[in-house]
Amino acid sequence: MKGKLKDYIYRPEYECLSRSEMENLQSERLKKTVKYVYENCKPYRAKMDEFKIKPSDIKSVSDLCKLPFTVKHDLRAAYPFGFYSAPSSEIVEVHASSGTTGKLTVVGYTQNDIDVWAEVAARSLAMAGVTKDSLVHVAYGYGLFTGGLGAHYGAQKIGASTVPASAGNTIRQLTLLRDFGATHLCCTPSYAIFLGTEIQKAGMDIKDFNLMGGAFGAEPWTYPMREELERLLNIDALDIYGLSEISGPGVAMECMQKNGSHVQEDHFIPEIIDPETLEPLPFGSEGELVFTTITKTGQPLIRYRTRDLCTLTGGKCACGRTTVKMSKVKGRSDDMLIIRGVNVFPSQIEAAIMNVSGVSPHYMIYVDRINNLDVMEIDIELAGNMTPDRVSDIESIKKKVETEVNSYIGLSAKIKLCESGSIQRSEGKAVRVIDRRDK
Amino acid sequence: MLVKQLSVFMENRPGRLYKLTHALGQEGIDFVTLSIADTKDFGIVRFIARDNEKAYEILKNAGFTVGITELIGVEVGDRPNALAEVVALMEEANMNIEYLYSFVLTNHNTAKILMRVEDTDRAVQLLESKGIKLLSEKIL
Repeated sequence: MKGKLKDYIYRPEYECLSRSEMENLQSERLKKTVKYVYENCKPYRAKMDEFKIKPSDIKSVSDLCKLPFTVKHDLRAAYPFGFYSAPSSEIVEVHASSGTTGKLTVVGYTQNDIDVWAEVAARSLAMAGVTKDSLVHVAYGYGLFTGGLGAHYGAQKIGASTVPASAGNTIRQLTLLRDFGATHLCCTPSYAIFLGTEIQKAGMDIKDFNLMGGAFGAEPWTYPMREELERLLNIDALDIYGLSEISGPGVAMECMQKNGSHVQEDHFIPEIIDPETLEPLPFGSEGELVFTTITKTGQPLIRYRTRDLCTLTGGKCACGRTTVKMSKVKGRSDDMLIIRGVNVFPSQIEAAIMNVSGVSPHYMIYVDRINNLDVMEIDIELAGNMTPDRVSDIESIKKKVETEVNSYIGLSAKIKLCESGSIQRSEGKAVRVIDRRDK
Repeated sequence: MLVKQLSVFMENRPGRLYKLTHALGQEGIDFVTLSIADTKDFGIVRFIARDNEKAYEILKNAGFTVGITELIGVEVGDRPNALAEVVALMEEANMNIEYLYSFVLTNHNTAKILMRVEDTDRAVQLLESKGIKLLSEKIL
């Protein structure tokens, strides 16, 4: 029930440090990490040599801005395991997320990294009031995507009963939630809202549920969506943030103040930069979020550009924590879309379309939120040189586009074939995506 | 001994058919036949014009996705069961008809049947061997 959960601080010795204590800790850990990657990760050594920076140049967090950035492309160039700092024998788990051209972005975790991840996920779930008496229902997908296992590790670290429901099969999800008396739900916010709208249709009553809260993330969501979600499920709904490159869900999490997400700064140092000039920006300015991991050993990342646009704020929060807070993500500094929690780049869709004969490379991607679910439609022109005589020929082209897109991005999209010349040609930078979801 | 037909892909939305017919009409193109196969999202306009080549050029230049298909044309008496007799021949030979339409020209007492089949060559052989009169483009 809404208003029932108690936000508590899981690790006050790290979450409530004074600014100078936090900076001292970060400086120690940063120095160690920079030395470690320089000695163990070839791409980093090359990059630092190129920038003429030695590990000894980094003495504190204020030297962070001397270090070069890391971007998704760097990870892809080292595909699959070239960005490891640890020897492969120390890697115990591998996750991957979609890259811009169909090649995956791979992240290897040592046991230490899994422990760090479980720790930050546990701190996050504590903000949603998860204790060892809770029952946490995880409806994020389990697999290469970090959502499922991240929430799982956090809930288990706290000692809560963890139900690895994974994604899909809405009726079964609702039955499990009700019959097991789940106190917490973890999934994407749009799926949570969908579950909420399906309760009545399934002939169930929200009064028979024991839910009080949840951690919802993997896609941006708005404050009106929170109100809707909280009303439908009668819970407190909090925003959890993460990305596999840095760790997974739990890099930051909203406390019950519901006005920003606490970054687990003793593990991940956040910065905001101007995505054009790459200059660091002060607290309160909107820019691109950048993270440096300072406790990981498998694949630590230095100044990794998330491409997420947001603001950071300092100061003590009413919840008692002193860690820096990030605002909701307001957009991207690249053209990545997040659809039903899945990262999608228009270039992947273009690559998929190019595999199909009978269509032209002129397309437009429309993203809508219909009944709280993300829906993608791709309008694409039929090739001008085909003979459009048989209905079955045209339908099989449409089917092929559907299949290719699905295999490239792992999501289904509605395909609409259009007359040649009907899709607007842009002057200058091509507009390929029209995102009509509320921001 | 085949009849040429033009096929045009068309999105299923208002104004599209007008654009096509107007483009041809203002250039003096006369339709002999016209039919539309429709699905939820798109349609295929199939037609034969008095001057197919000119119609093709006009549509190509106007940016339409247009192609030329060859159909089998048969002339039968304008009387009950005439169509069934032709279809029966095809069925006996286990030949699939993909689509078919027919029309009657004024001042004629025959009906013309146009069809697209899976294997055009085999169908032509079969119908000729059964003494069926096949149409050529000129006869239209």
